[in-house]
Amino acid sequence: MEWIYPEYEVVRNADRCIACRVCERQCANEVHRYDGDLKKMLADERKCVACHRCVALCPTQALKIVKSGHTFRENANWSGQAIQEVYRQATSGGVLLSSMGNPQRYPVYWDKLLLNASQVTNPPIDPLREPMETKTFLGKKPAAVQRDEKGNILPQLPPQLELSTPILFSAMSYGSISYNAHQSLAQAASALGIYYNTGEGGLHRDFYQYGPNTIVQVASGRFGVHKDYLSAGAAIEIKMGQGAKPGIGGHLPGAKIVGDVSRTRMIPAGTDAISPAPHHDIYSIEDLRQLVFSLKEATGYEKPVIVKIAAVHNVAAIASGIARSGADIIAIDGFRGGTGAAPTRIRDNVGIPIELALAAVDQRLREEGIRNEVSLVVGGSIRSSADLLKAVLLGADAVYIGTAALLALGCHLCRSCHSGKCNWGIATQRPDLVKRLNPELGAQRLVNLVTAWTHELKEMMGGMGINSIEAARGNRLMLRGVGLSDAELRVLGVKHAGE
Amino acid sequence: MTAFSLGQRYIAAGAREGTYELRQVPGNALGAYLDGAKIEVFANVQDAAGDTMNDGEIVVHGSCGDATGYAMRGGTIFVEKDAGYRCGIHMKEYGDKSPRIVIGGRCGSFLGEYQAGGIILVLGIGVEDRCPVGNFCGTGMHGGKIFLRTAHLPPDLPAQVCVKQAEAGDKEIIRPLVEGYCARFGGEAEALLQSEYFLLTPNSQNPYRQMYVHN
Repeated sequence: MEWIYPEYEVVRNADRCIACRVCERQCANEVHRYDGDLKKMLADERKCVACHRCVALCPTQALKIVKSGHTFRENANWSGQAIQEVYRQATSGGVLLSSMGNPQRYPVYWDKLLLNASQVTNPPIDPLREPMETKTFLGKKPAAVQRDEKGNILPQLPPQLELSTPILFSAMSYGSISYNAHQSLAQAASALGIYYNTGEGGLHRDFYQYGPNTIVQVASGRFGVHKDYLSAGAAIEIKMGQGAKPGIGGHLPGAKIVGDVSRTRMIPAGTDAISPAPHHDIYSIEDLRQLVFSLKEATGYEKPVIVKIAAVHNVAAIASGIARSGADIIAIDGFRGGTGAAPTRIRDNVGIPIELALAAVDQRLREEGIRNEVSLVVGGSIRSSADLLKAVLLGADAVYIGTAALLALGCHLCRSCHSGKCNWGIATQRPDLVKRLNPELGAQRLVNLVTAWTHELKEMMGGMGINSIEAARGNRLMLRGVGLSDAELRVLGVKHAGE
Repeated sequence: MTAFSLGQRYIAAGAREGTYELRQVPGNALGAYLDGAKIEVFANVQDAAGDTMNDGEIVVHGSCGDATGYAMRGGTIFVEKDAGYRCGIHMKEYGDKSPRIVIGGRCGSFLGEYQAGGIILVLGIGVEDRCPVGNFCGTGMHGGKIFLRTAHLPPDLPAQVCVKQAEAGDKEIIRPLVEGYCARFGGEAEALLQSEYFLLTPNSQNPYRQMYVHN
């Protein structure tokens, strides 16, 4: 009864395989092995997570991973996945644990929104020949310009983050991802003039040099939080929630608190790092305001404070409260955002799509006349420059990218981060696996990705006749919906295509 | 010396050096992220004193509000009288950093919730006839020590917490804290040390664990 047929098959072309055993050495899941008697490579497919490491490194292209054809009797209600999950729980009595973002078939509104382009009047702009501005400032914007008696503008702007392009790397803690992954993100953010986010695991001593491009995070467990840490970053983010697991906290098991991870989190090796979902000193917007201002006090009011929340049902009202808490930036994480580990049921069933959350928040803050009090950064999940531009048109100031950044580093979305055996050296602390990710190369790939997206962004903006990201922000007339209901269009604040 | 402190929040936030002497009740988050400075308050203090404190000392000649020493990692807090709810929550230690909280009187509920390191000492002076802590003491505790000077154990300690009567060796751990308390607020250290103490530590045989299965 415990038998679950492997989800994938390792197809090995015997004519091509030279039994060099690279696949065996590369697979931390121990799928491949060499049989001396048979003089050939064998595979235990039950352990395969379809991460494609062996496929990518096979020198003779002898390998491919295919979905196994094995199937249950067809049933529109009881999918194979649903049946197998029951088996797993009946066998173990355990809570189902998964990684990365919600993979279920919920609507992806980005794919139901279409961009506009200019034709005869207000002609398109050619970004290759004309300047296009993607520079973005995140932070509170004054409601009115102040001038002295001579008419000079008084520069009393609250602290701002300056981004060359409206993209930031999402919070991913050192511990959930590797040292080399963090170094790649930090170096790339520095080279690009954007920001990466430490997550809640503290900041490794080696990465203080990237402070001007670092956002430091403070979560309920306060791991690695001290004066120098708060002062090191360009901004401080208070983590209230995460899109992949709203209402659920972090719990990095003691086994992963080793060496530098322990040093960086400032907790002894081998102890659990528990970061519960509630901040036990925050029960109201007034309490949140107190944490926001205690962080500002401790850092001399020089850094913007970000409050990150998960996109949940009452997100507009929550954001309205946060905008009044003194926070400079609100980060909203949609239910498709990634994670290093989350209970499957939470990941797949809690929260709402970021597109709807963003539209609702932007609308609410405008109606209340406080949109200028905060910048909005959204994530979970932005997959391309088109998603990015659609987010800006719906009202975002910038986007957080996490999964896309990991893909650039080699992630193949096998969704097995919680096993700690990432064959690509990203979601692991095993030194032999970590070294597979070359941080110089990783940083270059991230720079390439963001540079390419920025080019595409300019091209799409130019097509609309818009030469500045500021003019695109909240410009919902540049969007049309396809195949959406009246309710969806109303929440998104866009017209249907053809209207 | 801070002349006016009544209701003022965030006094000495992140302060690394110097001595602050307050004679009026300060507002919330006194000494948040404190990093070496000393604060002495000749009045009560409100909530979240010593939030995420890294080093230094806070001495309160009176009582303190809720969440005192939230996630503190180093330094010492001495409170002459009582503490509110969630005292020492998320307190943790690392390397040469090990925080201490000494409460002279009694504490509210959730003392040492999620405690991961450091020492919390509740002297229970004046409440010897009953338990000096509220409900849910040590809930989620997975490191550190809680000493309670009492003959009345909290009735609802979780299975994840071990409890025993403090022996002579255990009392030596808290001797400097008891002496420090008496040096600041008066009292006979030896007499206090003669009393009965309970020592609460996490039960490593029965840790908090959610049973997961890979999906």
